[in-house]
Amino acid sequence: MKEVAVIGAGMTKFGELWGKSIKDIFVEAALKAINDAGVDHIDSMYVGSMSGGLFVGQEHLGAVMADYLGVTPIPSTRVESACASGGVSFRQAYLEVASGQSEIVLAGGVEKMTDGADVTDVLATAADQDYEVYQGITFPGLYAMIANAHMHQYKTKREQLAAVSVKNHRNGAKNPNAQFRSEISIDNVLNSTLVADPLRLLDCSPVSDGGAAVILCSMDIAKKFTDSPVRVRASAQASDTIALHSRRSLTTLDAVVRAAEKAYKQTGLKPSDINFAEVHDCFSIAEIVVTEDLGFFDKGCGGSGVEEGLTSLETGKIPINTSGGLKSKGHPVGATGVAQIIELYEQLQGKAGARQVKNAHIGMAQNMGGSGASCVIHILEAI
Amino acid sequence: MVGIVGFGSYLPRYRVKVENISKEWGADPEAIKRGLLLYEKTVPGLDEDTITISVQAARYALQRSGINPQDIGAVYIGSESHPYAVKPSGTIVIDALGIGPHVHVASYEFACKAGTEAMYVAYGLVKADEVKYALAIGADTSQGAPGDALEYSASAGGSAFIIGKDKVAAEFLFTHSYTSDTPDFWRREGEFYPRHAGRFTGEPAYFRHVVNAGKSLLEKSGMKPEDFQYAVFHMPNGKFPQMAGKQLGFTKEQIETGWIVPWMGNTYSGSSPTGLSAVLDVAKPGDKIFMVSFGSGAGSDGFIFQVTDEILNVQDKAPKVRDMLDNDKMYLDYGQYAKFRRKIILNE
Amino acid sequence: MISPGYFREIPQRYRLEAGRCKKCGKVYFPPRSHCSECHSNEFETVKLSDLGKILTYTVIRVGPSNFSKETPYAVGIIEVNDGVRLTMQIADIDVNKVEIGQKVRIIFRKIQDEGKSGLHCYGYKAVVI
Repeated sequence: MKEVAVIGAGMTKFGELWGKSIKDIFVEAALKAINDAGVDHIDSMYVGSMSGGLFVGQEHLGAVMADYLGVTPIPSTRVESACASGGVSFRQAYLEVASGQSEIVLAGGVEKMTDGADVTDVLATAADQDYEVYQGITFPGLYAMIANAHMHQYKTKREQLAAVSVKNHRNGAKNPNAQFRSEISIDNVLNSTLVADPLRLLDCSPVSDGGAAVILCSMDIAKKFTDSPVRVRASAQASDTIALHSRRSLTTLDAVVRAAEKAYKQTGLKPSDINFAEVHDCFSIAEIVVTEDLGFFDKGCGGSGVEEGLTSLETGKIPINTSGGLKSKGHPVGATGVAQIIELYEQLQGKAGARQVKNAHIGMAQNMGGSGASCVIHILEAI
Repeated sequence: MVGIVGFGSYLPRYRVKVENISKEWGADPEAIKRGLLLYEKTVPGLDEDTITISVQAARYALQRSGINPQDIGAVYIGSESHPYAVKPSGTIVIDALGIGPHVHVASYEFACKAGTEAMYVAYGLVKADEVKYALAIGADTSQGAPGDALEYSASAGGSAFIIGKDKVAAEFLFTHSYTSDTPDFWRREGEFYPRHAGRFTGEPAYFRHVVNAGKSLLEKSGMKPEDFQYAVFHMPNGKFPQMAGKQLGFTKEQIETGWIVPWMGNTYSGSSPTGLSAVLDVAKPGDKIFMVSFGSGAGSDGFIFQVTDEILNVQDKAPKVRDMLDNDKMYLDYGQYAKFRRKIILNE
Repeated sequence: MISPGYFREIPQRYRLEAGRCKKCGKVYFPPRSHCSECHSNEFETVKLSDLGKILTYTVIRVGPSNFSKETPYAVGIIEVNDGVRLTMQIADIDVNKVEIGQKVRIIFRKIQDEGKSGLHCYGYKAVVI
């Protein structure tokens, strides 16, 4: 397997992009990435998107985007793994370069969620249709059940969940591409409307449009394009049962644990070697559980971890979601996984501006689908 | 001997009181309670309908009878609120209970007497040795038009009876039906609420059919009112069954146990069947039960039952009607009631 | 048109029919054709118990389109006595009174309607006992 580098990145603003279609959004992000990398061609591309079909009635997005980007006849593949579509798109691109099959590959992700589809219904297709969704559960409902179980078992507090959203908004306020750039307080979170007890509106990532893309190439040609390529040190993926009720545990996401184990094994690294991470905070509780399952905190201690500032940009021993996370940056489903890679890329190049983590050398991106049925993890390193 | 080998009833837990309804329409609750002899009625949850009520009542009947559902050869459900206009409620009920597929299923309708109709047909089939056991259910989630008199009484609930020849707990001694074209209450296809002819529903409809069926039943059997321990009549409100009973020569004491409408409301096809179930919950071997139903349109089905020793083996094996009327109730205000009864116009 | 898919799930939704692996004994609900534990393909039908307890729950306040007029309602993961876990609504209860650990009985209720003219869809819910 060849070593793979990220040599360029580009993303749109995340938010309600009323004037832009799914094609406009993807092309904008892709062109930015291509220009940033300075490549004059790409050999292959991946389009991560959860549901072009249900959101905008358009499938076959690989072909659509290759067409609108003007890069036909290169191979172009749509990748889907619910909210992990972007991360898996990146992984597929990584594998294609690592295998030697292609030299320069674009990994993109996009979602257009505001064209009128019932978002709750569409997102629910990431859960078990016949045995979860049929019963009236929603996505927030699934994570709310994880939250209640976690609070019951580990005495995690409501305020600790709120602390995740507060931290992520504080970071997002420094991100020019974020959907929400205003800070919020614990009180704001605790007084926002209930969505699925105990989760409130400000515990939940928003509905967003957006696109993100990165360019990968093999490390041996990376220096032709940029002085500061970023090395992909690990790429790992794992699956788990689709339904939350089939999991081994209601408070541990085994797919995250397994993918992390593989990533640490691939690199010989330990959790304490990771300087900062982008994790999948689709709901505040998700960040707490994931930071435990990635090994940053002992099981059950993720809540106190965020409460004590251990994951903050300013004072944390492991800043989490410096981009603002899904909560503040936005969560155009298919784009999220790629946007996480972009945050890592900018941090590792020292180009994160007001969000810069000091001595950022090794970063981790954790992206997951559904209630944790799929998880993809990448570790990137500055060289 | 053909008779009831198992019985069961189900009433939803939700209730709405006369006061909550009268408040909305500017009516005097005390006058209504005095006039109708009715205080509160059952309300089905958003997730309940004639089919779910039938399944629960039938589960209790199966529990009491102890028979294998596979031995049931016919399932008949009488209702005026079948969830489908075309697709018998029984098809879903049999699959829920593990009955069939070698079974005959049909839906019956005849306003409030569709339940006793199902009982009559089930009885006839078993008597003819056509099937070993037949399940007859009367259940409804009846609708009363907003602001109309019937809004105080139209309620939800149902009862199920397994009829057979083995281990009979209450034997059918006599039956008699009396029917005519008397247009006192009806509902046209596609209409959400029924229509009724006011006071015409009384003497020319309810009383003429109940009393005539009752008199013929007494004649046929050669029995007198004093011979009975219990009398059950269709209960559109608290007053009518008392008056009918009196006209036929029954006392208040005989009617009392089966007189459950003041706390249940009128469960239409479930009305007299649930009154019967309330009686069977406490009846003793040897007791004789007189029962006459009424369905608008109009007709009455009359039955005379005799309770056997078997009743003592089955009575306590499932929840009793009096318990359901008295305990674990959840009261609604008018807005919640209107929402549950789908009386609020949605933007669909 | 959901008829074929709905029809296939009837034994599970109406009668709680599960599948037990003949080789290793693991019970699956809904039944499967391949055992993920021992990789056998031989199963027998078993009925789940209708008694269980609440492992976790939530109260849905913003519902999916089909349930939007029923909020708030409680949904939980119920463990039945055989150890199998299912997701279902908790009915007939003040949503603020649901607690982890409560014992429940599983009953037959209507779950949803397929619009105004489609099928009535039935299944299981839990009531606290």
